[in-house]
Amino acid sequence: MTALSVEGVTVSFDGTMAVDAVTLDVAAGEVLGILGPSGSGKSTLLRSVAGLERLDAGRVRWHGDDITALPVHRRGFALMFQDGQLFPHRTVEENIAYPLRIAGGRGGSGRGGAGRVDELLELVGLAGFGRRRVTELSGGEQQRVALARSLAARPRMLLLDEPLSALDRELRERLAGDLRRILVDTGTTAVFVTHDQDEAFAVSDRVAVMIAGRLVQVGTPAEVWRRPGSAQIARFLGYTTVLEGAAARLVDAGAPGAIALRASGVVVADGGQVAARVVRSTPAVDGARVRLAVDGIGEVDGVAGAGLPVAAGDVVGVRFDGAGIARLGGSSLGGSPVGGVVASRGAADDSPFVDGARA
Amino acid sequence: MLGAGVPLAFVGVFFAWPVLAMVGRGLFVDGTLDLGGFADVLARPRTLRLIGLTIGQAALASVICVLLGLPIAHVLYRLRFRGRRMLRALVVLPFVLPTVVVGVAFRTLLRDGGLLGSLRLDGTFAAIMLALVFFNVAVVVRTVGNTWEGLDSRQEEAARVLGAGPVRVWFTVTLPRLAPAITSAASIVFLFCSTAFGVVLVLGGSRFGTIETEIYLLTTQFLDLRAASVLSVMQLVVVVALLLLAARARGRRTAQRRVDAAEAVHAPRLGDAPAIAVTLLVAVFLALPIVSLVLRSLHTADGWGLGNYIALGGTGSRNALVVPVWVALGNSLQIAVQATVIALVIGLAASLVISRRPRSPGLRRALAGFDGALMLPLGVSAVTVGFGFLITLNQPPFDLRSSPVLVPIAQALVALPLVVRTILPVLTGIDGRLRESAAVLGSPPWRVMRDVDLAIVARPVLAASGFAFAVALGEFGATSFLSRPDRPTLPVVIFRLIGLPGGDNFGMALAASVVLAAVTVAIIALVERLRVGTMGAF
Repeated sequence: MTALSVEGVTVSFDGTMAVDAVTLDVAAGEVLGILGPSGSGKSTLLRSVAGLERLDAGRVRWHGDDITALPVHRRGFALMFQDGQLFPHRTVEENIAYPLRIAGGRGGSGRGGAGRVDELLELVGLAGFGRRRVTELSGGEQQRVALARSLAARPRMLLLDEPLSALDRELRERLAGDLRRILVDTGTTAVFVTHDQDEAFAVSDRVAVMIAGRLVQVGTPAEVWRRPGSAQIARFLGYTTVLEGAAARLVDAGAPGAIALRASGVVVADGGQVAARVVRSTPAVDGARVRLAVDGIGEVDGVAGAGLPVAAGDVVGVRFDGAGIARLGGSSLGGSPVGGVVASRGAADDSPFVDGARA
Repeated sequence: MLGAGVPLAFVGVFFAWPVLAMVGRGLFVDGTLDLGGFADVLARPRTLRLIGLTIGQAALASVICVLLGLPIAHVLYRLRFRGRRMLRALVVLPFVLPTVVVGVAFRTLLRDGGLLGSLRLDGTFAAIMLALVFFNVAVVVRTVGNTWEGLDSRQEEAARVLGAGPVRVWFTVTLPRLAPAITSAASIVFLFCSTAFGVVLVLGGSRFGTIETEIYLLTTQFLDLRAASVLSVMQLVVVVALLLLAARARGRRTAQRRVDAAEAVHAPRLGDAPAIAVTLLVAVFLALPIVSLVLRSLHTADGWGLGNYIALGGTGSRNALVVPVWVALGNSLQIAVQATVIALVIGLAASLVISRRPRSPGLRRALAGFDGALMLPLGVSAVTVGFGFLITLNQPPFDLRSSPVLVPIAQALVALPLVVRTILPVLTGIDGRLRESAAVLGSPPWRVMRDVDLAIVARPVLAASGFAFAVALGEFGATSFLSRPDRPTLPVVIFRLIGLPGGDNFGMALAASVVLAAVTVAIIALVERLRVGTMGAF
């Protein structure tokens, strides 16, 4: 069942288009990740859904009802910011109880305040932190409190704006797992904005890729990962090289069109598929990152294992690893992929939640 | 809308209208524009001399304040030592001391038999200069210190590593970053000095004065309203120019990134010795007049004793006063409370409006203009305002001339810019997303304002109220015009007492000054406990 519908939403600032006619559906209980480089308009799109931006065009619907003109505080959504935005003058407990008090004042049903706060603290793994001042908390703890506060009033939908980006890597990975568990356990419909693919793939049911204000691809994490819609999307996802035609088929014999390569997909190996000359070699923890001139393909990035020392000028064998290779041509929404459109089981074609962003 | 309307109406009726009415008297004769008054007034040698004196005096005092204030700001805001907070509190005291009290204190210090009587400075230009520096050095220390505290010292370290010596680092890295704060502080000091009234009136005698004291003399003694208003116009022009300069400097300053103060301070080193020495010397200089005042107030015709204080229950020799001094203190406190309430309500409403960042550039400019307009009472002659009240608020719909509300309103006007400058930076510092968080969590706009803006600004508001109260308590310029003879305030009584020397009157003036200073100090000490950095910074 479609919960949220975004229809042709357009937002511009002083003449610059931030969000350009984006159309998107989110199903009830689904976690949708909006993935895009910084400045792609993904946060603005999220803020538009929350009601914090004035739309130049388009509508936002909730279960079919037009809520475009509904003020922020009546939408019943919650928005969690990158840096939490906890109220510095309130304790952890008071921050989490804040939306409960509002709900209590409004409908008279602020169900058991203290109990709910403890329950939420438990949920985010901060039992016993209620009396602390929020300024004493670490960044990770603050984000957990912000999440608890956002969930407190049982929002109809949770919006998260880069909720983990301000944290260090290890913590981010751990919290991404926690976040996914909490959202699924509570059955919360959520839209989640990030520039980090790992984070998006770890947390989301579906991923929407946004570049320069436009929605360019929507699909499950695996679909987007394995079949980027265009060279641009592939590059954003960390693929370093895009190959077409004969070069592409040399790597992936069955490739119907263009393919994209990550460094991890090009491995220096004894007796590999093709020969290559090492242009440059940079040591890495697990061996070396290399730049290779591959016969019939050209220069690509690759990796060499620790057991196989290489130096510039060496001629080596190269093996291609399927995990680091993607075929382009997934359901792109923003134009034709490099190498022509390929018929595929693209997400957009059979997903009930996605419409083409542009006519 | 109401938030913008109430402050606008208040400033319009009680500031713009009276000031414009005064100005109009200079420009219009019998309903036609006549600029002849300017030529006439400017041709007078006395006027020209006073204009030169005003500007020279203010410029010199500003330079001295900056030169002394910078090392002190360094010591109080960049060094870590015990008692730093207390010193910061002490340094702001002179700024809020009533002008009349400071004038009297300097008289006791400099006149024959005073602690520095041997220097023969009484009644000289130097005496006025000392008093102006005494008042305003705090403005530089607080304003520059507040900026300095948040500057990332790693920039200096980066310059040092690149091979710059300490002197070069100071001129190429530190000074440019402090420059906007210094400009802002210096222009405010210039403003205060060029419109100084009470202290110049007490110390200057007949030889020295400012445009401000001249306006006072022209209106009250020579009844030459035309000349007075010509001077008011000229003062207004200078004040507006300076405020624009200060506002521009403030704008540039807010663009800088602030770091946590704890990262930027260091323990005193040998290189800090000169700055520490300057700080100690200035501390002694700031303490001297007060010590002198207190000592002298305990000195009676019969030797040491509390005689002067006991006399405060009476009305002075030759019945100098209409009411006993204690009654005047009661009046002062009561009026200051009313003034504080008015200044807070208006100042808070105005700050809440100005702190908004509307999308439309036109509205943004309008708000910036409103912000600037609120600073005007800081520099426009209190005498002009006071006299403007008398000539405009004497007819319907505002027949308030004999009403007791005039004095608190005038004092509130003087305190208003200080309230706004204390509250507004805190409000503009609130991350907009904090308000959005509250809204998204279900708070309607009124609740967002209460739970975010008002909650965060609560301490600064408390500090601003103490500050406004202290300033209202000591206000002399406008009050001297407006207070009714049967309900004088303490500063008015003190001025009256020193104007009629003989008998116990001077001693009483000293005792009354000590009482007024003590009340002010007590309030500021309480307020400083709130640790609001924006207080007294411009």
